[in-house]
Amino acid sequence: MPRPLGEATREAYGKTLVELGRENPNIVVLDGDLSKSTMTKYFAQEFPDRFFNVGIAEANMVGIAAGLAASGKIPFASSFACFVMCKAFDQMRLAVAYSGNNVKIVGSHGGISIGEDGVSQMGHEDIGLALSLPGFVVMVPADSAQTRAAVRAAAEHTGPVYIRVGRPKAPIVYENGCHDFQIGKAITLRDGRDVTLIANGLMVAAALDAAESLEKQGISARVLDMHTVRPLDEEAIEKAAHETGAIVVAEEHLLYAGLAAQVAMAAAKRCPVPMRFVGLYDYAESGAPDALMRKYGLTADDIAREALQLVNPRHRVAV
Amino acid sequence: MLVTTDVSIEQLEKTARKLRRHIVKMLAIAGSGHPGGSLSAIDILTALFFGNIMRYNPRNPRWEERDRFILSKGHAVPALYAVLAEAGFIPEEWLWQLRQIDTPMQGHPSVKDLPAVEASTGSLGQGLSIGLGMALAARLDNKTYRVYVMIGDGESEEGQIWEAAMAASHFRVGNLTAILDYNRYQLDGAIGEIMSIAPVVAKWEAFGWAVREIDGHNMRQILDALHWARAPREQPSIIVAHTVKGKGVSFMENNNEFHGKAPTQAELEQALAELAD
Repeated sequence: MPRPLGEATREAYGKTLVELGRENPNIVVLDGDLSKSTMTKYFAQEFPDRFFNVGIAEANMVGIAAGLAASGKIPFASSFACFVMCKAFDQMRLAVAYSGNNVKIVGSHGGISIGEDGVSQMGHEDIGLALSLPGFVVMVPADSAQTRAAVRAAAEHTGPVYIRVGRPKAPIVYENGCHDFQIGKAITLRDGRDVTLIANGLMVAAALDAAESLEKQGISARVLDMHTVRPLDEEAIEKAAHETGAIVVAEEHLLYAGLAAQVAMAAAKRCPVPMRFVGLYDYAESGAPDALMRKYGLTADDIAREALQLVNPRHRVAV
Repeated sequence: MLVTTDVSIEQLEKTARKLRRHIVKMLAIAGSGHPGGSLSAIDILTALFFGNIMRYNPRNPRWEERDRFILSKGHAVPALYAVLAEAGFIPEEWLWQLRQIDTPMQGHPSVKDLPAVEASTGSLGQGLSIGLGMALAARLDNKTYRVYVMIGDGESEEGQIWEAAMAASHFRVGNLTAILDYNRYQLDGAIGEIMSIAPVVAKWEAFGWAVREIDGHNMRQILDALHWARAPREQPSIIVAHTVKGKGVSFMENNNEFHGKAPTQAELEQALAELAD
């Protein structure tokens, strides 16, 4: 049964910024002419003096954010995930990561679920780029409630943070709020013995759905919401590997450098077990979001199939 | 404009000569680095730090009310280290550790390693945006500090410079001053041959900046321009300083061999002789 849809994570981001702005006069927000899409427009409306729309100039935006942070402000700088990470990567490297400036980057329209606008607007590799920068906390919240918690945690954390949020309405995972959210602490959404499904972002709801369908086939799947890709909760991964003996990682991102690669490295280090991966190997295309998720193998069925192949050799097929 | 200052031009020129000696010496000891662009910039840095222009406190480099200086053309860091030592931010002995492992004297400015450095630079084009962020923060906090950013002429080929130029003018930051070290050479050759930035004054004016052109080695003109930049206005200002790459050392002047090559021991001795008081 499909989970009810909540608000988009970008919507939750925009609303949380306003709350933070009311609580802390040092919160400032920058955007690159996408405030109506990243939802920083709410902050702009309430705090025009603390909002800087720098126009379509992401490198300059991140540089300005670094200067604001160096002067005691807590800047949140936003654009689409692909634009802010790709176009301002050098600025993020030198002026934010290497300098240790307290800049928060929030990339919206992450992943391929933005749909019809197509590849040039989709964040396929944003998380990998953020992960390659030492010192960056990297988070991919699953739904609206978790986004609120993650954005608040980012504001409280001293140091660079990247958060990916998405365009479409997100299935509700935390219907009663995400109250015990902690940076770097995975959330066990469902316990299980036979396999662990590790996911973040939209793939968390898909992993829960996959676990339900696996249960019907007699397979007990643990589901870990790995909202923080760095610092990674290696203990939860080790425990999952040790206790369930198999791991499937699912992410809406290129598999070369994202959650899957990080989890695989942690498992290899701490407790190697058979693993399978659900994610992208290439750029996607234009299309309806749901159709894209199906075509590019980012559904509950895809996760369940990989899990089956791991835990039941009879299902194993050549890939 | 009438300039009232109690700093003697002669004293500043003497200081600049001493700092030139420090620059060539630290580069010779390091065995690598960028003499040309350090020597073209040093007169301006000397005026900024010792001409009663900038407010700073070497005992508290992070003093909130301080004026900020960002060396966006980070490869000229020997010039910055020389003024930081002269101003008392770092011990003079540190100059002779330039580029050495286990020291804070990084080959390009690093804020993480030296708190007296305002911004990590060296990937060209970034410093003006960072300075703009600091200038905006001053406005938000009702602070009166001014932000100075030195950019290079080759660096002005970077798109980010013009993004920042557009934004600084749009945001009407009167407390931001850029200084263009227009020494007319970049790594690969003469700037007019590699990628011309002319007409540079017209460009900055078109972007909405107050522009003043000076001889970047004439201490009187530098001081006058820095006082001019401090006048209250609702637009950013830029001093286009015409300079000579390698200025002060005969065989380095306009000799682009010394863009990124340290002097040998023999060259150092000759340079020091030419720069003697």
